[in-house]
This record gives sequence, C-alpha cells and structure tokens, in this order.
Amino acid sequence: MPHTIAEKILAAKAGLKEVEPGQLVTARPDKAMSHDNAGLVIRQFRQIGAEKVFDPARIIIPLDHRAPAESEKTAAAHKSIREFVAEQGVAAFYDIREGICHQVMIEKGHVLPGELILGTDSHTTSYGCLAAASSGIGATEMAAVWATGEIWLRVPETIRIEVKGNFGLNVYPKDLALYLLGLLTARGADYMSLEYYGKAISQMPVSGRFTLCNLAMEMGAKFAIIPYDAQTEAYLKARAPFKWTPVAADPDAKYTRVVEVDLDRLEPQIALPHRPDNVVPLGKAAGVKLDQIVIGSCTNGRIDDLDIAASIIGRRKVSTKVRLLVIPGSREIYLEALRKGILESLVEAGAVVLNPGCGPCLGAHQGILAAGEKCLATTNRNFKGRMGSGEAEVYLCSPAVAAQAALIGEIPDRILP
Amino acid sequence: MPYEVLRGSVFRYGDSVDTDVIIPARYCTSFHAAELAPHCLEDLDPTFVKRVSAGDIIVAGYNFGCGSSRENAPIAIKGAGVACVIARSFARIFYRNSINIGLPILSAPEAVDGLNEGDIVEVEPGTGAIRNITRGGVWTADAFPAEIQSIIRAGGLVEYVQKRLASR
Repeated sequence: MPHTIAEKILAAKAGLKEVEPGQLVTARPDKAMSHDNAGLVIRQFRQIGAEKVFDPARIIIPLDHRAPAESEKTAAAHKSIREFVAEQGVAAFYDIREGICHQVMIEKGHVLPGELILGTDSHTTSYGCLAAASSGIGATEMAAVWATGEIWLRVPETIRIEVKGNFGLNVYPKDLALYLLGLLTARGADYMSLEYYGKAISQMPVSGRFTLCNLAMEMGAKFAIIPYDAQTEAYLKARAPFKWTPVAADPDAKYTRVVEVDLDRLEPQIALPHRPDNVVPLGKAAGVKLDQIVIGSCTNGRIDDLDIAASIIGRRKVSTKVRLLVIPGSREIYLEALRKGILESLVEAGAVVLNPGCGPCLGAHQGILAAGEKCLATTNRNFKGRMGSGEAEVYLCSPAVAAQAALIGEIPDRILP
Repeated sequence: MPYEVLRGSVFRYGDSVDTDVIIPARYCTSFHAAELAPHCLEDLDPTFVKRVSAGDIIVAGYNFGCGSSRENAPIAIKGAGVACVIARSFARIFYRNSINIGLPILSAPEAVDGLNEGDIVEVEPGTGAIRNITRGGVWTADAFPAEIQSIIRAGGLVEYVQKRLASR
C-alpha cells in the first residue's frame, strides 16, 4: 500500500510494517524536548514514581520561555531542572545562554530526517523543516514518555500543499504561512499531517521551511513536513555528524485534501486581532497606529529575518512613536548578526535587542503590552491577552512588514525599497 | 468515576477558545489548580469565575483549547470546578492534556446545538450520554478508543503509567 511520510515514520517508530490513518499506535520517539515547563514534567515524573528516565541521550532541555528567570517561581523551576539533568545525566541541557528551544534543536543536530520527535511545546511541528515528524504534547504526557519511552499516537490523515509560482518582491515564507492559515483556518488541519511540494519549496532554505512548519500548528496540524532534499542535506551536513534515513512519500500516497497556492498572486499578508487565522492582505490593515513592534521568535528570529529587517531600515531611524524589540532566535544567530553588523545597524536605528528567547511572544516578560496598546509582531499568535493585557491588540506579519512599520510607526500599505 | 452522573449549568462559548484565554501566560508560572482557577477564562469572560459553581459544564464550538501545549489550561478549568467540557471538537494537545489530568471532555457536535447558556445538563462521562434537563434532548458523545478509555478509567495518565510500571 502506498503511504505518506507521516504514515511511514509512525509505522517505523511503532515497529509495524504499515499503518493507516485513524489507527492508534504505540510509538517510541527518537527525541523528547522540553523547555522551562520541564519543571512540571519533573514533578509529574516524580509523581509517577519512576526513578530513571528511559534514555537520557534522547532528552533535550533548552531554557527559553522565561529566560533569564523573570520571577522567583521561574527561578525555582529552572533550579529544579538544572538539578534534575545533573541527576539523570541529560547531556543535552541548554541553559539560558543558547536560545529558543526549536531553533536550538535544529542547530545542535537534535533533529534528523525521518525521526519522530515530541516536545512540550505546541510549535514542535517546526522540525518538519528537516523532514522529521514532530509534534507538541503536554507535561504529564512527557513525564510518561520519560518514564516509559513510549506514547500512543493516532496516525493522521495528510493534506498535500502544492505551491506553484515564485515569491514576488517583498513576499516571504511567512506570507505564505499566513495565507495558508487564513485559507485552511485554525482547525483546518486538526489532527492532520501536512506535506509541502513545489518548486518554491525546493528552492526555499531551511529557515523559510521552519516558518511554514512552525505556523502550521496554528491550523491544528499534528505534523508539518517538507520532504527531504538537497537543502535538508546541506543544512544537516555541517551540524549532524550522524546517519539518517530520509523518508519520502510514495508517488500514489493517499491525501485527504490537496490545496494549491499560486505564489505569483501572493502579496504580503497580515493577521488581525485576535486570531492567527484572521488573515488579510497587508493593505487592508494599513494605517493602524502602533506602540510596539517585535521581530523575533521561533517563527521569524533567524539570521535572514534579521538581515531583511536591517536592510529595509537601512540608515533610517525607527519612529519615536514605537518601541522596536529585536530578538535573535539563538546565540548562534545573535553572534552571526553581531559579526555581520546587522545588530549594530538595528541598534543605531533605535531598536532594543533582547537576549535569545521567547519573552514577549507569549507575554511572559520583556515587552508586555498595556491595555489599549497595539503591537505588530513576526511571532505566531495574537490571541486576546497573548502579549499582556487582554485589552491590547496584536497583529502578525513578516519581518519585512515589521521593519517597514518601524520606520513610520504604523502598519504600512506596502514595503518600500 | 467513569459511570458517575455529572449535573450542572451550561456556560456556552464559541469556536476556537484558545489556551491563552483559558489561562494567560502571566499566571502560568504556577501549576497549582488553586492558583490558576481564579484567572480561568478571564480575558474571554471576566464574569466566569464569579458565576461558575462546582459541577458546572462548559459547552463550546469547534477546536476548543487550540494554541499552546500548556497543561495549566485544563488544570485551570478543572480547578474552577468545571465537571466536564462538551465541544464540537477539541484541539489535539488540549484533548490529550485533559484526558491525562482527568478532566472529562466529550466531543458531541449535535449536543452543542441543543444546549443553551444556563440549561441544566446531565452527563455520564462513562457512556457519553448527555441529557438536557431544562429543555429536553438526549445525545451520545463520540466514543473514546479503548486505549484512551483505559487512561480515563485509571483517573489520568500518572495513575495509568503507575499501574503499567507496577505490572511489569
């Protein structure tokens, strides 16, 4: 029987010859990632009564959500995590210096094609950028994985995304991701896997693929996978000195739906408050006065994102009406942006650079919004209360749109060269 | 627990109630139900916590619990005294989290059509039976697969895994 990538990976990890959508399997994940919420995972792990984790070499813990600790409670949680990883021999522990968990996962070679990876973060779907099947779970579920090395999973149906045409000037993978989200809606891919195909996907670097797979979560996707190709291999060769087994879909695999997108007609997109799938072309939101702009997050905090923002701002100044926060996604990105002069140019323009981490994206700290304030962000969610006050508004866009907005203090109708 | 009958008033909400409105990140440094519950749904319905009584039931549309993987969300709902959530559908991580921490959830699209704010409803999580006591109407929720039923019967995932490890 022909199969999709999700079906093949789940069959392999469940030790079965083949599986079909709807079937429940018991699978053994290759990696298990947790961030600051490892504090709760540890508590539940103790509650279960297990003594040793199933395999310390498969557990990865970067601290990023509230880093450095913004409160005494978080400080205590971080401390308990540091003690736990020492006790259990978890080598892949990344303290607050490294950056956002998902970015750290791909940079440090913890994601390989064909792997099944679980994480206690909804945006774990991002690892599909390296052709892995990866998904978010809760803390108690992770405690059970740490204790047993197993998890039950439902084999998902797969949606095939066919991308035609080419990205126009100032149109980016984020715009495609937002457009798809608007088209499929917040529940359009609930419980499902996505596979992306087309020339523009083959040509897209891992960074843009990351953005696509990351935002697929907002459609409810369980997995979002870009098939393995030369781009995947090039990225991994420098970072993962391991063997991997790429998994491709069979040519006649069954898809529950095929969605076609024509990039030639795509313009910059923006998600209006308070839902990520409330997506319109940029022009429809033009003129909204802003208080804060955030460029960063696991969605859009990579070197090319910062580079685009810096090149649009150039030698001009950030409007005094707005606060521009820039957050490199990881220490590696931070260093590269320093060396290339990207951060120097952004700081000259008036940006405030924060340490690599999640910070304002989830309203944890560093840039909380007051009632009545409006924020434009390259992040992934604009739910009510997401970045602070429930009376604040968040709009989502690409780094290019965010940079243009920073110059004028309002949502632009277009990006000027 | 599976065959007990729950009875409470309906609190009705729409589609895609997200985990940020169920419990905002500003409170998520705590995992304790008693600390989370006073803020449950405060950005969506500031009156909810004041009005809800132990045993009441949330009824909602599609994709309930979308967004973050934070387990604080079902913990906050359970802590607020909510006995059960009935929705047209649930977002996948919230679905798993609820089962894992022992918050009864039922997927029942037709029942959602027949339940209004304030109606008294009876629910048997064990059989999926839902009855509108105020205005009549009986429905059966979608059945859980056998594996998931075992977790529910154990009272949650911690208890389920404890039993499994003990029997090894």
